[in-house]
Parts: sequence; structure tokens; C-alpha cells
Amino acid sequence: MKQFKGLSDALVITKRQLLQLTRVPEVLIFNTIQPVMFVLLFRYVFGGLGAGIPGGYVQLLMPGIFVQTVTFTLAATAQGLAQDMEKGLIDRFRSLPIARSALVVGRTFGDALLNIVVLFVMGIAGYLVGWRPTSGALKIAEGFLMLLFFGYALSWAGIFAGLISKDSRVVANVSFLFTFPLTFLSNAFASTTSMPKPLQYVAEWNPVSTMVAAVRQLYGFHNKFGVTANSYPSQHPIVMSFIYMVVLMAVFIPLSVRRYNRAGDKK
Amino acid sequence: MKSIVAENLIKTYRNGEVKALDGLNLDVEEGTVLGILGPNGAGKTTTVRVLATLLKPGSGHATVGGIDVIKNPKAVREIIGLSGQYAAVDETLTGWDNLVMFGRLYHLSSNESKTRAEELLKQFSLTDSAKRPIKTYSGGMRRRLDLAASLIIRPKVLFLDEPTTGLDPRGRMEMWTVIENLVKEGVTLLLTTQYLEEADQLADDIAVIDRGKVIARGTSDQLKGQVGGERLEIIVAQSDLTTAQGIIERVTGAKSLVDAGLRKISAPVKDGSQTLIEVIREFDSAKIHALDLAMKRPSLDDVFMSLTGHVAEEVQEEEVSRKKGGRK
Repeated sequence: MKQFKGLSDALVITKRQLLQLTRVPEVLIFNTIQPVMFVLLFRYVFGGLGAGIPGGYVQLLMPGIFVQTVTFTLAATAQGLAQDMEKGLIDRFRSLPIARSALVVGRTFGDALLNIVVLFVMGIAGYLVGWRPTSGALKIAEGFLMLLFFGYALSWAGIFAGLISKDSRVVANVSFLFTFPLTFLSNAFASTTSMPKPLQYVAEWNPVSTMVAAVRQLYGFHNKFGVTANSYPSQHPIVMSFIYMVVLMAVFIPLSVRRYNRAGDKK
Repeated sequence: MKSIVAENLIKTYRNGEVKALDGLNLDVEEGTVLGILGPNGAGKTTTVRVLATLLKPGSGHATVGGIDVIKNPKAVREIIGLSGQYAAVDETLTGWDNLVMFGRLYHLSSNESKTRAEELLKQFSLTDSAKRPIKTYSGGMRRRLDLAASLIIRPKVLFLDEPTTGLDPRGRMEMWTVIENLVKEGVTLLLTTQYLEEADQLADDIAVIDRGKVIARGTSDQLKGQVGGERLEIIVAQSDLTTAQGIIERVTGAKSLVDAGLRKISAPVKDGSQTLIEVIREFDSAKIHALDLAMKRPSLDDVFMSLTGHVAEEVQEEEVSRKKGGRK
């Protein structure tokens, strides 16, 4: 019963986020336009690189861009929470007789819902530019579910960033400083096999690469690994991705809870 | 019965370097209004945050509505309302959205939340702006909505932290009317303010705090008696300062304060206008030209001066909190 109440409190917060989206539709529009723009740019600028890939570059590109997009949501999570923290709104929430986790849990749900919309629109955009997964409906659905889980696990890192940030205007930029290299130092847009050897180790152990490889596999495409081709992440990208997600949450959920409970001590 | 009790609250930051609360004691009788008066950084906000369960004190004991704020914060949250210095509402949402959301978070049903939102919007004259985003509201409207949000469950105890700071005079008057009406309904109110006038207007009882301690407690008349009512303030040329001071002290029969930098002399007066005329006459015969001349009602500064012998020290709370926050 108590757990149920906690969940319903969190859902009120999620609903608030959806209401915000209806009041400021620009947020949703730009959140969708940006990844769609990436799809078009990469598809047509780098499309020629994919000579010899069955189905063309776009087949490898789409899983990469999906993973990049859910990774970038981390910044929005962080910024949204940081804004609540600095506007004093957090004090009101903390003075309410609700579970303290409601505010952050509600936000992770809201961002997951946003990811559903964005992935849906991107999937359509991908289809329009020639993306054709070959694995069948069930596997495709599994791929999207995995992307949502990955986005959810990462949003906890965003929550932590939002809680420790001192300025909501800065936190999004700082988040990008981490997520940008993370998504490019991977197999998302270019094969790791063409990278310098030491970099291949970094890129291929990168959770983003594992995730991209997992999603490619679910969509029916093979991901080629370089130096770590025989390692566990390369051999079992799906299992390894879930391990990464569990580790992410195991680290950031307790950190965030601790930080949130101490948030009142700031003043 | 005491609705709020605080005993020997201590809260320090930066390993004891900054004492936000230094053995603070308070009590508020049920159904009455206590005004906490003090300059920035005196510990007003910290006191409210401890009592409203947002902050754990380093040591000491406090109850609200008979419930221990440290041992049972969740039960305290069921009976209090808090409205802080900044309007703590979601700016992108409408007034209506905010009140319904907070109603839901107080575990009212969807219908109850809507009914209550409607009532509160009406009570605070916000019905016309109910469907507009908060960011289009004026400062006064935001504060009223913020106050409305803290009243959703009809709290027994209400904390208002500087409810009118930053409002223009009209907004302030509107807020006072709203608060006065609430008090008539019998809520126990603890309000902090930097303005003696405000405490005078709204509070039954005033506690003056300085450096995390209550340094005086009483009704506003009692405090004013201590301060000495109105003060005469005169600014003269540098060369006339000493002569003028002599005249003022002789006429008022009281010790004056001189601010050499501003060339300002001030002294308490009993019969305002009579004394003023006499001083002007004496100045005239001594050929002293007064550059500025005014009667001032006692301000927070005067209360402080007479209670502590030092000017209210403005510690920038922002700065203090940032330092206090010092991440580990």
C-alpha cells in the first residue's frame, strides 16, 4: 500500500512533465527535430562510406543514432531537475507528505515517455531514408525496449548530475561534455576497426558500443569489432548491455537518493 | 496549548565556523501569529526550514502541533503549510495545474483536488488568471498562488518566510489582507520578516533574532517602547556637526547617534512636531543650515541598535548558503 502511494506520487510528477510539454510544445518539437536532423545529415553526408554494407550505411547508422539520442536525453533530465532545485520548488516538494523519491522517480518516468515519442518519430524518419531491419517484428520491438531501458538507466546519471549541479544553465552543457565523446568514441557512426589500436580498446568497451552492437544484432545486422572481437562484450553485446545498465543504476540510484536527502542542507 | 516549540536549536555550517542557529528558543501559542524579525542572515530562514522539516538541526529539540520534527517529520508535513521567499510553483504550468497537482500530492482525489483548487483561486482573487502560465503572473500574484498552494490541506500551522520581500507596496498590502483573513480563520502562523511595520501589522507577538538567537520577545508596543518611538534625523554640513549635536541633545534630552560619514545626527523624540519646531528655531539662531530633516518611525535598524548596540549586519544569505553548501 505504501509502495503504491509512492508510485502514484511519482506518477503525479510524471503527469506534471507531460503537462509542461503541452504548455511548451517547443520542447517536444526540438527534442524530435534534432535527432531527425542527425538521421538526415548522417544518412546523406556519410552514406557513401557504406559501400559494401548489405542494405547500405543507413542500416548501421540507425541503431547508432537511436543509442546516441537516448544517451543525450541524460542532459535534459539533468537540466529539468536542476531547474526544480534552484527555483525553490524542491522545498515545496520536500515539505509535502510524499515519498522523497517521488520527484526524481517521476522525472525518470517522464523522460522515458519522451524517449518513446522521440524513438517512434526517428524510426519513421529512418524508414523513410531506407532503414529496413531484417529480423522481424518481435526482434525489432525487443530492440526498442532495450533502447528504452538503456535511456532509463542513463537518466539516473542525469538525475545525479542535476542534483549536484549548481546552475541549471551549465549542467546541460557539462552533461554534453560527457555524452558527446561517449557516443562518438564508439561504433555508432564509424566502425571501430578503422580507429588506432589503443582507441579501439576504449571504443569497444564503451557501453554505447555494446548497446549499438546489441541493437544492430536485434535488427538483424552484424557489428564488426576490432581488437576486442573475442572479448565478452563483443561476443555477447545484449547481455553485456544489461550488465552495464544494472551497474549504472546500482551506482547512480543510491548516490542520487543520498544526495536528494541531503539537498535541504544546502541552505 | 503551544503549537510550535523550539528548544535550544543549534545549526552550524562549515565545521562550526558559521553558526546559523545558536541556541534558539521559541514557542507559539495555538491560533496566534508570531513574527520573527531580523536582518538577512540572522537565522530566520534556517529556523523556518528546521521547523518545516527541510533541515535537521545539529542539536536541540522542536515540535510542531505536538509532533517531533526530527523524529517524525512525515507526520509534521501532514499538518503544515510552507510558503518560502521564492514562489515555489511550476512556472510553465498554469495556476490551476499547479494547485491540482499539489492537491494530488497531498493525496486528495482528483475531484477533491479540483474543487479545492477552484476554492483557493477564488479566495485569492486568481480565478481570472487560473488558466494562464505562472510565468505571466505579477510578483504579487505568484506569491498569492504560492500561498494558496501551501493551504491546500488547510494546515494547522503555517510558515511564511518573508512573504512580502520583493513585492511593490500594492502587492504587499494585498498580501497583508490575505494573511489577515487567514489568521481570522484560526491558523497558527509563524512569519519571518525584515520589516518592523509588517510584524507590527500582522503579528500578535514578535521575536527579534540576531546571530541565531532570540534577543527580544514581546508585543510590538513593548518592543517600540524599548526602541523609544519616533526619531529625529538631521543632516548638516560637516562644520556644523558638533554644534548641531549639542543642540539636538539639549532639546530632546536624549543621547544622539552621529554618523559622521553621512553627517547625520539622530535622536529619539517624544513629542514629535513640538521638538522639531524647537530644533529648527535653535538651529536658526545658531545659523546652522539643516540639509535634510525628518521624523522617522522606528525601523528594524533602530530596534537592533537599541537591543544590541550594533547595526543590523547584512550577511548576504545567498553567499552564506553557497559557502555553507561547500560540497564535500
